[in-house]
Amino acid sequence: MTEGKWSITLRRFGYGGKPSERHAGSPKSWLMHQINNYDPSPESLRQLPGTNQIAQQFGEYRQLRNGDQEVRRTARRALRRHVQNAIGARIATAIETPDHFSERLVHFWANHFAISTEKRGAGPLAGSFEFEAIRPHIFGKFSAMLSAAESHPAMLLYLDQAQSIGPNSRRGLRAAQRGRRRAGLNENLAREILELHTLGVRSGYTQQDVTEFAKALTGHTVPAIRGNRRDRQNRNGDMAYRFEEALHEPGTKTVLGKKYGPSGAREAAQILSDLAVNPATARHVVTKFARHFTSDDPPPALVSRLENDFLSTGGDLRSLTLALVNSPEVWAEERNKFLTPWEWSIMSARAIQPSVLQPRQIRRMMINLGQDLWKPGSPAGFDDAASQWAAPESLHRRVEAAQTLGQRGARHDARALGPELYSGIWSEHSALAVARAESPAQAMALLLASPEAMWR
Amino acid sequence: MILNRRTLLGVSAATLGAAALPKVSFAASGSGKKRLVFVLQRGAADGLGIVAPVGDPDYARLRGALAEDYAEAPRISGLFALHPSLTKSAEMFAKGEMMAVHAVASYYRDRSHFDGQNVLESGGTRPYERKDGWLNRLVGLIPATDASGIAISQTIPLALQGPNKSSSYAPSRLPDAADDYMKRIGNLYMNDPKLHMLWEESIATRQLAEGMDGSANMRQAADVAALTSRMLSAEDGARIAMIETSGWDTHFGQRQRLGRELSRLDTLIASLKDGLGPLWNDTMVIVATEFGRTAAINGTNGTDHGTASAALLYGGSLSGGTVLGDWPGLRQGDLYQNRDLKPTASLENVIASSVASHFALDPEITRRTLYPSQ
Repeated sequence: MTEGKWSITLRRFGYGGKPSERHAGSPKSWLMHQINNYDPSPESLRQLPGTNQIAQQFGEYRQLRNGDQEVRRTARRALRRHVQNAIGARIATAIETPDHFSERLVHFWANHFAISTEKRGAGPLAGSFEFEAIRPHIFGKFSAMLSAAESHPAMLLYLDQAQSIGPNSRRGLRAAQRGRRRAGLNENLAREILELHTLGVRSGYTQQDVTEFAKALTGHTVPAIRGNRRDRQNRNGDMAYRFEEALHEPGTKTVLGKKYGPSGAREAAQILSDLAVNPATARHVVTKFARHFTSDDPPPALVSRLENDFLSTGGDLRSLTLALVNSPEVWAEERNKFLTPWEWSIMSARAIQPSVLQPRQIRRMMINLGQDLWKPGSPAGFDDAASQWAAPESLHRRVEAAQTLGQRGARHDARALGPELYSGIWSEHSALAVARAESPAQAMALLLASPEAMWR
Repeated sequence: MILNRRTLLGVSAATLGAAALPKVSFAASGSGKKRLVFVLQRGAADGLGIVAPVGDPDYARLRGALAEDYAEAPRISGLFALHPSLTKSAEMFAKGEMMAVHAVASYYRDRSHFDGQNVLESGGTRPYERKDGWLNRLVGLIPATDASGIAISQTIPLALQGPNKSSSYAPSRLPDAADDYMKRIGNLYMNDPKLHMLWEESIATRQLAEGMDGSANMRQAADVAALTSRMLSAEDGARIAMIETSGWDTHFGQRQRLGRELSRLDTLIASLKDGLGPLWNDTMVIVATEFGRTAAINGTNGTDHGTASAALLYGGSLSGGTVLGDWPGLRQGDLYQNRDLKPTASLENVIASSVASHFALDPEITRRTLYPSQ
């Protein structure tokens, strides 16, 4: 089939339907419309503070190191509020937006370039990272997204790049003279870029490549956390990002057999732009992309088609997305992906629209279901394998959450909503279970916990 | 009354071939009004584990670790042993108050719990073909003054639904609202193999974690039996009762789980006998499930959905102490679709013949009423 059912399309590519929602055109035209009319800065997110403002605030907080306890606590609370606000806005946007396919793409790419709110400094910047480094690029070049993500302070802080110092840089040599132990190269970001963001694990790069890349990355830092006052109050007042020559390891670097520099900040930029179009990167990235929309083991034909597209366009993500929606494999009727707690929560909230639930209540539910936004536990991001999420205890919790949500959505008639949200796939079995429920709330709970609501 | 071969074969001769030869016979009937208790084992109870063909040379090979339980189990014939948890049942078997019919299956031949239960309860030939149940139609067959049925549950199950008088009753404290919702979820996932498996596992894990010990289970079984006995003993009470049991879907950890469920069943039947007192002589209990389980053990120390199973009959006036049926064997070539115990007897015929005999009804009318489309 080339034209899917609405119920499958809305859930496979987006966050599912809402009660009494009507769509014009075909499911595929709905996807095409979003590709062609993408708004990278939706109203609901635009008013959140930007990276510079938050970095500034973080820098000021750092200067309070020996200050008054109460003042520090207030500043810390203000920083934490940025996390809560950004999460709330992301949840609200996902529930409200009619363009939930592009929203899903944003969330996919943000998870590819995962950061964690558990890391000091990175947390408050998580929202602005997604807004400024990911959103503008989901239909642009992969290299542009890569460059934006790796130079954003949230990433530089999360993967310890901000502290990395070239051993032979001016600052490195001075620190060595003073016998400072902590000054030195940190390979974390270089390694994760190669392993997770571009080439993929075991794709042939060596420890030498990691070290050389790490050297090239030295100097890319976040002024807000640098030690001395001159760092913090640099000329343009930018606390978020700076290339600092004094930290940069001198000399030529050799990564994957190619020589770079010496050319300062441009070394990392050139390495990244080469990595962005490396065939290993293409394979790694498109496999994840295909897995997200099909199954844990994506169809090889789909993967190789996307791979060719990525390579021939130099990593054009608009073209890649078009290739995806034009592939027959993504229109299959089988639903193999068990929803992640995030996806199930958002889809459930949409299903009981208009919702009386606050975003913070939805977030609490997600945490209970085992997935707290921007806290993936590792730089690899949240696992995208259905097998990871489909576990007995997590299913049990989801079923319990459905019971709570059912009470919130009890004003809907689940018997009518079932065939509407799951048109063409609503089984007689689920319909019967819903029809036999002892109350409207229980009927709604059974609908939200039904097999149709668990898979996409 | 003796049920002869022809009565029991009935439709089965056409559907299963002429192999089936279950023969149910009753000693002189007791006095007074007859009672019937239908115990439905929801979830596909493992007939090969309940009435184990330990004398079959392929049994130990197919069942591996699961076969070890029967080393000390009471042998009830050259071929069969009862599961060791069925201690009271074994005593009743020795006294002729229990019998088993093996390699039975309903008309249904697929492996969906929900569809299989629907066919078993409705008495139709296809899932959702009928909206009423055979037990309800039986209520209409027995003399009018006796005609009422009761389900020991919160709602009336399909087998008892229909135009004839029936009701349901369950003490309000059990099961509570959350339990009810959880049971419905279990039902909701029956056709989704993955969710079904996960759900069963989560329930079993929770029960272990919450320390659901055997004594609570046994108390509950005894409570249900006591309640059923009271309902059936009242002068103007029900003559037909239905009890639903669950936990039979042993995809994993079968040794522990089947043992637990059979202990409950054993307690349930023994408590019914105690509770009914002299009425036990007028009572017949039929225990049946929607289908059986695979002949071989699976990779998680359990068994998966199969085809033929065993039905159990109990009663004070039963001429039991025997295992009826035409044993199909367990060699690879003997199995149904190379995996399940092959059905050689029709569960519908077993039910129709035994209730006709028990209530002294015309066998042919009984069969046509309970199973009109078969």
